[in-house]
Amino acid sequence: MTDDNLLELSGLTKHFPVTGGLIFKRQVAKVHAVDGIDLTVRAGESVGLVGESGCGKSTTGRLAARLLEPTSGAIRYRGRDVAHASRRELKPIRSEIQMIFQDPYSSLNPRQTVGSIIRGPMEINDIRPPGGRDARVRELLEIVGLNPEHYNRFPHEFSGGQRQRIGVARALALEPRLIVADEPVSALDVSIQAQVVNLLQGLQRDLGIAFLFIAHDLAVVRHFSQRVAVMYLGKIVEIADRESLYERPRHPYTHALLSAVPDTDPDGAARERIRLAGDVPSPIDPPSGCRFRTRCWKARDTCATEEPPLRRLEGNAEGHLTACHFPEAPATAGDQEVVLDPALG
Amino acid sequence: MTTPFLSVRDLTVAFGTEDGVVHAVDGLSFDVEKGTTLGIVGESGSGKSVTNLAILGLHDPAYTKIGGEITLDGRELTRASPREMERLRGNKVAMIFQDPLTSLSPYHTVGRQIGETFRKHTGASRREARDRAIEMLRRVGIPHAASRVDDHPHQFSGGMRQRVMIAMALVCDPDLLIADEPTTALDVTVQAQILDLLKELQDQSGTAIIMVTHDLGVVARTAHEVLVMYAGRAIERGAVREVLGTPRHPYTWGLLSSMPKLRSPVDVPLVPVRGTPPSLINVPPGCPFHPRCDYTELAGPGLCRGERPELAPHRGHGDACYLTPAQKRTIFTEQIKDKL
Repeated sequence: MTDDNLLELSGLTKHFPVTGGLIFKRQVAKVHAVDGIDLTVRAGESVGLVGESGCGKSTTGRLAARLLEPTSGAIRYRGRDVAHASRRELKPIRSEIQMIFQDPYSSLNPRQTVGSIIRGPMEINDIRPPGGRDARVRELLEIVGLNPEHYNRFPHEFSGGQRQRIGVARALALEPRLIVADEPVSALDVSIQAQVVNLLQGLQRDLGIAFLFIAHDLAVVRHFSQRVAVMYLGKIVEIADRESLYERPRHPYTHALLSAVPDTDPDGAARERIRLAGDVPSPIDPPSGCRFRTRCWKARDTCATEEPPLRRLEGNAEGHLTACHFPEAPATAGDQEVVLDPALG
Repeated sequence: MTTPFLSVRDLTVAFGTEDGVVHAVDGLSFDVEKGTTLGIVGESGSGKSVTNLAILGLHDPAYTKIGGEITLDGRELTRASPREMERLRGNKVAMIFQDPLTSLSPYHTVGRQIGETFRKHTGASRREARDRAIEMLRRVGIPHAASRVDDHPHQFSGGMRQRVMIAMALVCDPDLLIADEPTTALDVTVQAQILDLLKELQDQSGTAIIMVTHDLGVVARTAHEVLVMYAGRAIERGAVREVLGTPRHPYTWGLLSSMPKLRSPVDVPLVPVRGTPPSLINVPPGCPFHPRCDYTELAGPGLCRGERPELAPHRGHGDACYLTPAQKRTIFTEQIKDKL
């Protein structure tokens, strides 16, 4: 481990109990939301986390911010394991890790003015910035591109994009080192989305804040993150630098995800596509071996019995790890003929 | 010239509210031919959904003022009686909504929900309706259709539920299918399945489709023609290849350049459209986009604030902007193209 590692998740697991029974609630099963992942976020770096709904990316984000306590595994923040830390032990860390949520409507209290929403974290943590909290609130509003005079207004007086900026200002109030952003732009219109992405990118660059950027939109993640991890059913199946992952994906799932993104280039419509059969299996009873095998066109017997480790494959660039027994050739994506269309269902 | 299958002329939809009159759609015209797909693109509040509800006659007349003409297969719809519209809905025109979970009844089996429309319009028996429901589930690619017909919506996954919705919409073989953000709630891999399915079904039955979406990628993949809407008006229209390949309206440029793409250069900031969409109660005079546009000075002083630019009435690629064709070409090739 080097000192640059701000956050280090290792063997992180979160299972949620499924209870049954009429009077005595017994645990009958568990949802394997996150099932043993290793992920590091270095200082000032933006790590993207992509995957389909139910793959565990939001749970990972909540674990990283220690809003959830993991079932097992370690969460090391600046070298200290905080996986099972108490509220009191967590207090100093709380101000350093902040979250930005998806829905700018439900994540702001409608009865509080913008000023008191942004001042809240400073009051709770008893932070007295030089010049006073009100001055700091105005400064923050200015940083996120809102009119500082609007601190007295209520959230409903703002549009969706402006509300998301308020959420960003609140996250910045404590000068965090790491922001966990869970689908921060997916509720916004396209033209507004770009404004917020640019704002977040500016914060990463100018203030050196690290991001764990969770989104399902592969193009937005590519634009924002230096490294990207792909999750499937609670596991990281591939992780690499942005360029390696998008240009030379080795895991069939990454390849399929990328090929499913509709391209705005009208001439690109003829581009070869992989059509994945069926849906994601239930995380209550995930498939044995490789979890993707039930939808994978390359799956063989080994895939059902042996779980592929996440490792650097031959031909992978440094830091490019793939969990697959039968990976794609390390060619440039798109140059490759893909004629695979497993029948649906 | 033959009359188009669906023709919308000068459609206006206005709602009276406490704060004033909301001009949700203002002077919108377009055509859709059988067997083709029209993509309607725009941001929230641009009037896409309101237009479709007007075609289906689903606005409450007590609060809504609808003007202009909607002609479907030679029949005028804006003045049709509620009873006539009822006969049309689900039969000739059907709709798929964004969220399949809230659009399906949780209390009834999917077979019953699909069969209900069929029985209402054809007078079929329960038995026939059930057989028809099974056939429809099979057509939309739901495995084990014969047993799944008795399942309730919560027993299906999101993608499968959207297939049930499509089965329900297509049960009477409608001539026009309106799909309002049909894949927005779905994951990309499932989205690809649903878009392919719609295409296949269209090839089989020659249905006209209106595909409402905010995702230009979905339009590129599915539509033949595209209409770009802003503040209740059409600002650009044409074949998909032309509108997305050589867009002419500054708003369309803005939409395209603010979207990150899988192959666009990284480390170059996105170019957002500045400002926010206008209020539909006080729509800016002239071109509704002028307060957010970077080229108003170039078009000529005062021009964009004065008269409202009209979308050329002829067919083909058209746009509502005062820049000259030469200016648009130069700006697009020199400033916009490389950023896409």
